[in-house]
Amino acid sequence: MVESSGPDAVLSIRDLCKSFGALKATDHVSLDLRDGEIHALIGPNGAGKSTLIHQIAGTLRPDAGEIDFLGQPVGHLGVAERARLGLGRSFQVSSLAPEFSALRNVMLAVQSRQGSSFRFFRPVMRDASLVDPAMAALERVGLKDRARIPAAELSHGERRQLEIAIALALGSRAFLLDEPMAGMGPEGSRQLTGFLDRLRGEAPILLIEHDMDAVFALADRVSVLVYGRVIASGSVDEIRNDAEVRRAYLGDPA
Amino acid sequence: MTISRETVINLALALLLLAIPYAAIQLGNPFYVTLATRMAILGLAAVGLNIALGLGGLVSFGHAAFFGVGGYVAGILASHAMSMQPFNFGLFTLSGSNQMPVIWLVALVAGGLLAAAIGAISLRTSGVYFIMITLAFAQMTYYFAISWPAYGGEDGLSILIRNQFPGVNTMVPLNYFLICYAVLIAAILVSMLIRDSRFGAALQASRQNEVRVASVGIAPFRIRLAAFVISGMMTALAGALYADLNRFVSPSMLSWHMSGEFIVLIILGGVGRLYGPVAGAMLFVMFEFLLGGMTERWQFFLGLVLLGVVLFARGGLIGLLAGRARHG
Amino acid sequence: MQTALFIEQILNGLQLGVMLFLMAAGLTLIFGVMGLINLAHGSLYMVGAFACAAVAAATGSFWLGLAASLAAAAAAGAIMEILVIRRLYERDHLDQVLATFALILIFSEGTRWLFGSFPLYLDIPKLLQGTVPIPGGSRYQLYRLAIIGVGVAVAVGLFLLISKTRLGMRIRAGESDREMIGALGVDIRTLYTVVFALGAALAGLAGAMVGALQSVQVGMGEPVLILAFVVIVIGGIGSIKGALVGALLVGLVDTMGRFLLPQLFGMLMPPSQAGLVGGALASMLIYIVMAFVLAMRPQGLFPAAKG
Repeated sequence: MVESSGPDAVLSIRDLCKSFGALKATDHVSLDLRDGEIHALIGPNGAGKSTLIHQIAGTLRPDAGEIDFLGQPVGHLGVAERARLGLGRSFQVSSLAPEFSALRNVMLAVQSRQGSSFRFFRPVMRDASLVDPAMAALERVGLKDRARIPAAELSHGERRQLEIAIALALGSRAFLLDEPMAGMGPEGSRQLTGFLDRLRGEAPILLIEHDMDAVFALADRVSVLVYGRVIASGSVDEIRNDAEVRRAYLGDPA
Repeated sequence: MTISRETVINLALALLLLAIPYAAIQLGNPFYVTLATRMAILGLAAVGLNIALGLGGLVSFGHAAFFGVGGYVAGILASHAMSMQPFNFGLFTLSGSNQMPVIWLVALVAGGLLAAAIGAISLRTSGVYFIMITLAFAQMTYYFAISWPAYGGEDGLSILIRNQFPGVNTMVPLNYFLICYAVLIAAILVSMLIRDSRFGAALQASRQNEVRVASVGIAPFRIRLAAFVISGMMTALAGALYADLNRFVSPSMLSWHMSGEFIVLIILGGVGRLYGPVAGAMLFVMFEFLLGGMTERWQFFLGLVLLGVVLFARGGLIGLLAGRARHG
Repeated sequence: MQTALFIEQILNGLQLGVMLFLMAAGLTLIFGVMGLINLAHGSLYMVGAFACAAVAAATGSFWLGLAASLAAAAAAGAIMEILVIRRLYERDHLDQVLATFALILIFSEGTRWLFGSFPLYLDIPKLLQGTVPIPGGSRYQLYRLAIIGVGVAVAVGLFLLISKTRLGMRIRAGESDREMIGALGVDIRTLYTVVFALGAALAGLAGAMVGALQSVQVGMGEPVLILAFVVIVIGGIGSIKGALVGALLVGLVDTMGRFLLPQLFGMLMPPSQAGLVGGALASMLIYIVMAFVLAMRPQGLFPAAKG
């Protein structure tokens, strides 16, 4: 069950552990994300999926274990440094600058990618090198018409799209998407599924998702997390037919 | 490009402040020139604070420290220039100065250094901690000024002759007003540039959502520290001008009450608005003058008004006139 | 003689610490339960001092004055909470700071209106006048010892109140989960008013007791308030234990710094200069300690459980 991280692993984590008091939220988790793939992480509520994402992104410190990104250890780096290396992330609960328009939210990512935020004089809204890439990212997720709307006034689904646009604009080398489909209608989910399908060619995606149709349609590999442990990992078919998964997760009495 | 209602109000405020001293002289009441100068200087101090508080959401209750440091820079340099006694740093000596540009530069540097030191410690925390720590550090400078007798201690330090500006007779009240007004307008322009810049975008986003800023790869701490330093520098500059206005500097410029007043100015005018601090300073000085003329107890009524504004009119004056703030 | 002076300074430090604890305990309790920063806490201290001085002057009894200070400060606190503070719980810290700053202006000018601008004086009660012998052959003011005793008693009482009583249980519940306590059927509005009045009474008590050592005047509360903030920052906000440790630390460091630093510098430089440098440094010492604690532990020495 232990995976060896192949030479094409963009992101690989080994033996990650995190406890909150007596609760083992992450229990010796190892997995990797390879170039060009969508690796889905599924599991019941409270299995520790978001906790895992937090540790990869740097918002939580693991108790033990290693995280390598693009061949270098990143466990000691802060959130901002990991993001600059190319870890693009969307949040389970949307996390945006609420007063800023969708466009300005994306522009923030563009300016970070271009390097320094310590520029004091040139107005950002008249800076085509910020506005144009941001607009392009919004267009790709289908939010171009909503560019000038404050993030706080966007619908739930639109905020999810905006988060992905931000990750795109960052030029991410890997995406960590925490339930991007949550709160979307069927039409939105279908569109986003198509979009993620194309996105994997650009950078691999570690996808947490409850929508099993989406997972089975998209994932190249699936890992199942229960009580902080990876109980199974493999292709969609392998996971569907794995007895332990059926028992622990899909509620199959088998 | 359309001109927003706020822009019109801002322009009107700037012109109104400029008109006050001329009207005062026309009406044969030159005392009002000093009032207008006070408005400009307090407005400048609050413009500085507004960069930290309005744009960055950093509620500093310690900006009197920077104001006072600016004031003492003016007072100390002037007193050394007056007595012809250079500063003795052991290895080298430096003479004092009564030239405003020199004094301003030193005030900016001193304010910036103090802000960097205070900010580096207090920005490790946030929220209530930040408020209490900035308050405490400002109190520290206050007690230091009181217990250090070389420059007047508790009694303060007089500037016998107002410091000079090349080519201008600063003792003429209108001239001094114009100097302060020009500095104020320049500071507003700088803060507008900052607001609209990349740095400003990162700063305002850090106020709205710190995690978001970090996860696009921008470390909020450094942005905030830089904003705090810029903010402290502007307020220190205002302090230097204030000392020259009164030709006196004392520990009261460093008191917690002063810090509170700066926040009040911003709230009266409107938080995060470009001209909010100016509107607030004009209101405040007018209020102080009118009510102070009627009753010794004017601060009691100021308290009531302030309470009313906080509880019921949160946008301040500019919010009242121009409606909700907009972000592009 | 040096030993006696040293012991005397330690006792002075404890007395300052105990008084700071009375202030800081109320502040930290109010922050812990209601999430509110109250700048006007110093005004309640002043209210206690004025009530004590006025009633003592009118009746000739310090003890009646002391009772009046508790009642007046608690009442002022309750009224403050009902009229203003409860509108601020859901507001951000900026609004809380401003509204309570406005309250300071109102209280200060209001007090000046009622009592005039001259300070009042309060005598130490007969029972506690005089001195007691301390090791080293010197004597120490009985009244200051009594203050230390009251402070210790209040500290013990507060710990018992919070750990053993029904009110304490509700306070602890309120700290951990505001919604749960509502669901338990506790009348949360009354609870908040009671907690606020309790904190106010402690501040009033401190003000009354100190009133007999210093003059009673407008503006006496704010320097103490700021010291109490330093105490809370050091101790960890929301923690009574942190407030106690922080208060004693600040009281001792401040007093001993003023006593020892000029002597210390006296070994290095001429006495006049030593007094100057030592005095100036001593006035900044507690803030330096605060900066040091923050650099090590940004959440204070005893961070409250909820962070």
